[in-house]
Amino acid sequence: MATSTTFLDTNELVLNMGPQHPSTHGVLRVILKLDGEKVMGADCVIGYLHRGVEKIAENRTYQQFAPYVDRMDYVAAVSNGLGYCLAVETLGGIEVPERAQCVRVILTELNRIASHLLWLGTHALDIGAMTPVFYCFREREEVLKIFEKYCGARLTTHAFRIGGLQYETYDTFEKDCHAFCDWFEKKVDEYEELLTTNRIWVGRTKGVGILDAEACKTYGVTGPVLRAAGVEWDLRKAQPYCGYEKYDFDIPTCANGDTYDRYIVRMQEFRQSVRIIRQAVDSLPEGPIKGRVSKVFKPPIGEAYESIEAPKGELGYYVVSDGSTQPYRLRVRPPSFVNLQALDEMCRGCLVADVVAIIGTIDIVLGEVDR
Amino acid sequence: MEEILDNPYLQPIIATLLIVAVFPLVAGYMVLAERKVLADLQVRLGPMRVGPYGFLQPLADAFKLMLKEDIIPAASDKWIFWGAPVLSTFTALTAFAVIPFSDKFYVADVNIGILFILAMSSLGILGLILGGWSSNSKYSLLGALRSAAQMVSYEVPLGFTTVTALMVAETLSMQGIVQSQLDKGVWIAFSNYGLMLVPAVVFIIAAVAETNRAPFDLPEAESEIVAGFHTEYSGFRWALFFLAEYASIFVICGIAVTVFFGGWLRPFANVGFLETPLNVAFPILLFVVIGAGCALGAVRVTLAYEKAIMGVLALAMFLVAGLFAIPMINELIIGFFWFLFKVLIFIYVFIWVRGTFPRFRYDQLMQVGWKYLIPISMGGLIVNGIVLLFTS
Repeated sequence: MATSTTFLDTNELVLNMGPQHPSTHGVLRVILKLDGEKVMGADCVIGYLHRGVEKIAENRTYQQFAPYVDRMDYVAAVSNGLGYCLAVETLGGIEVPERAQCVRVILTELNRIASHLLWLGTHALDIGAMTPVFYCFREREEVLKIFEKYCGARLTTHAFRIGGLQYETYDTFEKDCHAFCDWFEKKVDEYEELLTTNRIWVGRTKGVGILDAEACKTYGVTGPVLRAAGVEWDLRKAQPYCGYEKYDFDIPTCANGDTYDRYIVRMQEFRQSVRIIRQAVDSLPEGPIKGRVSKVFKPPIGEAYESIEAPKGELGYYVVSDGSTQPYRLRVRPPSFVNLQALDEMCRGCLVADVVAIIGTIDIVLGEVDR
Repeated sequence: MEEILDNPYLQPIIATLLIVAVFPLVAGYMVLAERKVLADLQVRLGPMRVGPYGFLQPLADAFKLMLKEDIIPAASDKWIFWGAPVLSTFTALTAFAVIPFSDKFYVADVNIGILFILAMSSLGILGLILGGWSSNSKYSLLGALRSAAQMVSYEVPLGFTTVTALMVAETLSMQGIVQSQLDKGVWIAFSNYGLMLVPAVVFIIAAVAETNRAPFDLPEAESEIVAGFHTEYSGFRWALFFLAEYASIFVICGIAVTVFFGGWLRPFANVGFLETPLNVAFPILLFVVIGAGCALGAVRVTLAYEKAIMGVLALAMFLVAGLFAIPMINELIIGFFWFLFKVLIFIYVFIWVRGTFPRFRYDQLMQVGWKYLIPISMGGLIVNGIVLLFTS
């Protein structure tokens, strides 16, 4: 009779989601404790993509390390480059010319659009809407074309250099940006038509994975996730860099902090990015594109922390210099990594189907989580 | 010879052999059609590599699946694992037996035809559950349990709506249902002062759920539970599940067409002056247009064998168009044409829905089933019953 006890055993079911699961966005492994289909807890196992980027930085000169940062959040490579350049420029006390700053803003905002597009497509795909992803990739392609024309690379662009830019903009840069903005705004309407009022979409996202403002602050969660919880916190406004104070734009916020609100916030950010790009392109000043940086760049002994509003949240670079050509220590504050911490809290009590929606809504890139 | 021709079993046997032999190919091309339609919705081209415009893709897929290594997981329950896809395919194909493809082409006209189909499609679930259970994998198990719950819930509205239609048709025989629509001169979906539209729509929604199609494709939700009940299946066993799925789609569309939309009848079957435009001109025009499309394709492709395939296709289409012009043959095939035409429209709608909607969550699926579809279908049954009572 010993066998019958195990037959009716109703223990929690432990389900391994990932690292080869189709919707964990790379190599995230989530260990789910299930009661039926209800999630009792989620445990993240990360590190499958760890490359030791921070340690590599200690063995490269400041300029040599710049391309490496592109490989962290590879869907928002431009933002990573900007954050790193800003930190090193602060450390070395380098002035960046106005024109370079303006181009940086344009490219970073274009990159924000590209990153959000990838998020929207995969998020919708996770929830089962298979069509938006193709539309999103079509639009993202146009952004990547602009990058390609500007610096030759599409994904890991290495668009910026310490002190400014390597390349002057190409001839039709302004025209391309304007054309993209005009075209893209209509496409955002199209996505909204497909999803925003779709009853199944609303049903799948409303009230799912709620993370209120208090919890966001406890976990240090930033970016659209924080803004969806009603906190009006955007580093572009809170501590402007790169001349963001010159541009007129709003910080979209929502109140509930659920998956639907995060969707709405990001859709609004598309429109705000378009606004910023338009203003920046119109006000693009003439002038040099690179500040004075010596070939052998040795910043003074000291440390600097600069953070920017990356598409996924606050992206910070902390650089310590010992006066040599290489950083003594470099530390990255990746938004994906910090935001991912909240997964367990958001998942509890949800169903398995919600877990993929929640992973999607946090918008993580494993290259950045693991570094 | 006379004796053989007079044998009552001859026609059913030929029809059966035809269905069993041809349907796998049809299923393959349904997959191709689905991929092409989805591609069209999603601003891409779909399969384009194998053959001209990907026309040979289904054959290549079938070959690949047959040549794949046959894997049975070590921890699985081997006999059940082996039997589950067979059961699924068997029941799905058996349901074809009573589908009236036309007034002349059908396997059997049983007096409980519709019940038989519903019974077979319910048994098909068993294949999914057994397959998911015997795989001994957590994802498969979740998928199997989901499918069990889903199918049980959606069979209820499916049954209620069918019963409503049967009240109007006053028969359970599939041929009889079509015949009654011919006698009344109106499709069941539009009879009863349009009140029958409610059950018709509920039936279609429930049919999408019953066949595990998006947005109700929870048992195989690839973003959540990998591939659901057939996660551990590969090669030809997997192909059997696939075949069963597409067979049941075809069957359920066939039921919808037969029970609600006139089966093999043309639209306005009793309006005499539409006979020539709808039964002769329309099919001829349709096939000529398709043939012209193929001919255009033949001009566009560059490889010689691709040109040949497209050319033959174009010729075949023109030939079919020609057949419709011959009154004797037209009479034979026109019912079949209308039945297939309507079924294909339904299949297109299924694909369209898949391309448009996100997936329901498990609890929402149950809600839609129990809170909306079942009450609506019951209400439809009662209201239509009352109307029938007072009008007949």
